Amino acid sequence: MSEHVSSLKLYIGIWITLLIGTVLTVVVAKIPLGPFNAVVALSIATIKATLVVLFFMHVKYTHEKLTRVVIISALCWLAILLALSMADYATRLW
Amino acid sequence: MHTSPPATVEGVAHENPALLHHFATEEQQKNAANLGMWVFLATEIMFFGGMFFAYLVYRYWYFGDFGAGSQSMNVTLGGTNTAVLICSSLTVALAVRAAQLGKQKMIVVCLILTMLLGLVFLGIKGVEYHDKFVEHHVPGPSFYFPGHVPGHVNIPINQQHAQIFFSLYFIMTGLHALHMIIGVGLFAFITLHAMRGRYHPNYYTPVETAGLYWHFVDIIWIYLFPLLYLIDRSQ
Amino acid sequence: MATAVIETGERETYLNKEYGIKSWLLTVDHKRIALLYLMGITFFFFIGGFFALLIRLELLTPAGDLVQADTYNKLFTMHGQIMVFFFLIPAVPAVLGNFLIPIMIGAKDLAFPRINLLSWYLYMIAGVMMLYTIINGGVDTGWTFYTPLSTEFLNTHVISAGLSIFVAGFSSILTGLNFVVTTHRMRAPGMTWSRLPLFVWAHYATSIIQLLGTPVLAITLVLVVAERLFHLGIFNPALGGDPLLFQHLFWFYSHPAVYIMILPGMGIVSEIVCCFSRKRVFGYQAMALALLGIAVVGFLVWAHHMFVAGISLYAALIFSILSYFVAVPSAIKVFNWTSTMYKGSISYQTPMLYAFGFIGLFTMGGLTGLFLASLGIDVHVTDTYFVVAHFHYIMVGGMVMAYLGGMHFWWPKISGKLYPEAWGRLAALLVFVGFNLTFFPQFVLGYMGMPRRYWDYSHSPEYQILNVLSTAGATVLAVGYLLPMVYFLWSMRYGKPAPDNPWNAAGLEWKIPSPPSTYNFEEQPVVTWEAYNYDELDKRAEEVPVAH
Ligand code: HEM
Ligand SMILES: [Cu+2]
Repeated sequence: MSEHVSSLKLYIGIWITLLIGTVLTVVVAKIPLGPFNAVVALSIATIKATLVVLFFMHVKYTHEKLTRVVIISALCWLAILLALSMADYATRLW
Repeated sequence: MHTSPPATVEGVAHENPALLHHFATEEQQKNAANLGMWVFLATEIMFFGGMFFAYLVYRYWYFGDFGAGSQSMNVTLGGTNTAVLICSSLTVALAVRAAQLGKQKMIVVCLILTMLLGLVFLGIKGVEYHDKFVEHHVPGPSFYFPGHVPGHVNIPINQQHAQIFFSLYFIMTGLHALHMIIGVGLFAFITLHAMRGRYHPNYYTPVETAGLYWHFVDIIWIYLFPLLYLIDRSQ
Repeated sequence: MATAVIETGERETYLNKEYGIKSWLLTVDHKRIALLYLMGITFFFFIGGFFALLIRLELLTPAGDLVQADTYNKLFTMHGQIMVFFFLIPAVPAVLGNFLIPIMIGAKDLAFPRINLLSWYLYMIAGVMMLYTIINGGVDTGWTFYTPLSTEFLNTHVISAGLSIFVAGFSSILTGLNFVVTTHRMRAPGMTWSRLPLFVWAHYATSIIQLLGTPVLAITLVLVVAERLFHLGIFNPALGGDPLLFQHLFWFYSHPAVYIMILPGMGIVSEIVCCFSRKRVFGYQAMALALLGIAVVGFLVWAHHMFVAGISLYAALIFSILSYFVAVPSAIKVFNWTSTMYKGSISYQTPMLYAFGFIGLFTMGGLTGLFLASLGIDVHVTDTYFVVAHFHYIMVGGMVMAYLGGMHFWWPKISGKLYPEAWGRLAALLVFVGFNLTFFPQFVLGYMGMPRRYWDYSHSPEYQILNVLSTAGATVLAVGYLLPMVYFLWSMRYGKPAPDNPWNAAGLEWKIPSPPSTYNFEEQPVVTWEAYNYDELDKRAEEVPVAH
């Protein structure tokens, strides 16, 4: 079986990055950026999530395209739910 | 696109007792389990997604009250919990690595650490729930959340809108915690098997798939933390 | 070709391999689980049908005389919930899909046999919870659970009904998960995606909807139950919530769910039409893509159920246009079935009669769907019997016909016995006539303005004549449904033994004995032919006379 084994160093590196990301979110939240506070918070969260998916969940190393298809389609479906219903919420006249 | 399972005839030597009868090869069985877990996680995205949708609508409508609700959260406990979960994700990843390398003892150690961290998370969550209960921030007849909207001293908090924030807080974190409890249960089961030496470099599918689940639960929390604890903190 | 020898009843099959109740309740054989599902589904079909008959009886006369208004509300609610969640959604996938998908792709079982059994148990637990709800006095929210009616204003058993459907949803998700993984991972060598029977494609598309839609229903029901238990106000306008949020969440699942109900039926009809026209399906690729297309586009139209509920006008416009797009893949299917039959040598056996019924009635249901999807007309006919007729044309005219067609087509394979063909045709005729008599008048009633969900129409007695027709039709329909149950059961004991391939049909399931053995195939099949190779099959049959 040709499973990819990541090095210990990589795992520790990712772990430290995730912890730094957490501290960063808390720090940035205290800086007044207006609506961009949410943007920054969600961007950091998304970067953290991507790191977990790619390295801890081994998606970076799998030669199985299907895994990516599954993840991306779930995200697309979530986007459908949010986007189309926001088309209602954003344009209601009342 | 297509990975047609390889042709095999009945009567291949079944040296691995974990190979179920209806699979031709270990590879096929492993791939099926892996895909199954990923597909399941896709359904989980939609499950939590429905709640994120509700959250999005009300945050958009009642931003001030959501900010006030969020500021009543204990960032220290929430942040600690985030760190705890990230550590547990690391230990799970290391458990899988240990299985890949055939280090039996290491698998067990990592899994036990994971479960401990999971329990620490749940304990801290319990403390937070307790605090909210004492402060009358739990939705229901005794709900009471005085104060004003962050940055607007003359706008009092709308009790109903704040109650929606706390409803969503409890449901989202509650369902997340339920997923954690299920995860700890899974790992307890897998640890028992690991102690009996069932996993080796050629067969560690349960460790891996349960690990995927755990990482997913971690990711949900990575989003819940800023969305629930850090709204409008700069005020 | 290695065909098994028929040793007249002595051969070991999945049916006689083991005996005793335990061998059924603990089985992980997909074929036995399919039969377990068949029992549950038949049971709930008749419970739901019983409520339907009471509804029709009440509407026989204009006055609300048979039952009280409250009782009537419970009748149509429980009719709807049982028929949708306990019959239509699981019926074809869990019975025929479960039985056939592994065989059609050349596998010994589904990828996760124990999860398959688990999903049956979840279904049964959900069913028991639903029965508990009924016995305790029922629920009257309408099958749609609209808030704040369901969370604030009713004192019926909303929570047990909601949780029951939550559990049924899990069962549905697990079935879908099993099918997706099985289709990806368990195909026999040579069984490429372009050789898959359309039945498998249809279930694949259905599974996608089950997987990505059902979780949203699950969380919606969790929120409804929590709201009702703790008076939260998430969906309650009096407490700052938005009832339309509930409707968005609910219909995000429930519009796609109507395709969970219909797509498997389309799969069945494709198999039947090809077999009884002795032709390759017209436009295989377009058919497969149309199935996926419906599954995807079906997710983009849900708010057409909310046109008059107060959504934004701009959003209504978008959803109206998007709803029209669903008609494109649906039309492709209908045209291609018709083209498949064109110049085919058609024979009119029972399954084909049902397939005809499906195609015609589905078309009518789909076309009236387009009426409803246009904003102006919908304002006039929404919440009238026009809507009721629309969806019954698809769900009963389409789906139940396809289900019965499929049951007849594969019954010889499932049971190893032949059903009596003459009775079969009679029942198919009764179902068709009874159905149209029941539901066609409802289109007219709706157009005249009769609202749905009312137990009394004494203010406009002119509706009565059409309602009498409808009730009469329902009676005929009931007989049409009872007949197959009787002769299927009869045939299990007295029916003639079925040959391996009674229809001389293409497909792997017809190359193994009827009924199959536990592991389906004696040796791993290798597929070297395209789907629906009826031209080759019939040529070969001319050269070598068939053995049986
Ligand atoms: C061409 C495709 C279709 C279109 C454009 C369409 C359109 C619509 C529209 C606009 C409504 C809302 C009517 C109203 O409440 O005013 C509706 C209701 C409904 N449709 Fe369809 N439909 C289509 C196919 C289907 C299919 C395939 C099914 C089922 C298998 C189905 C089942 C239903 C049900 C159950 C309702 C009523 C729900 C309720 O309010 O209780 N439809 N349809
Ligand atoms: Cu619809």
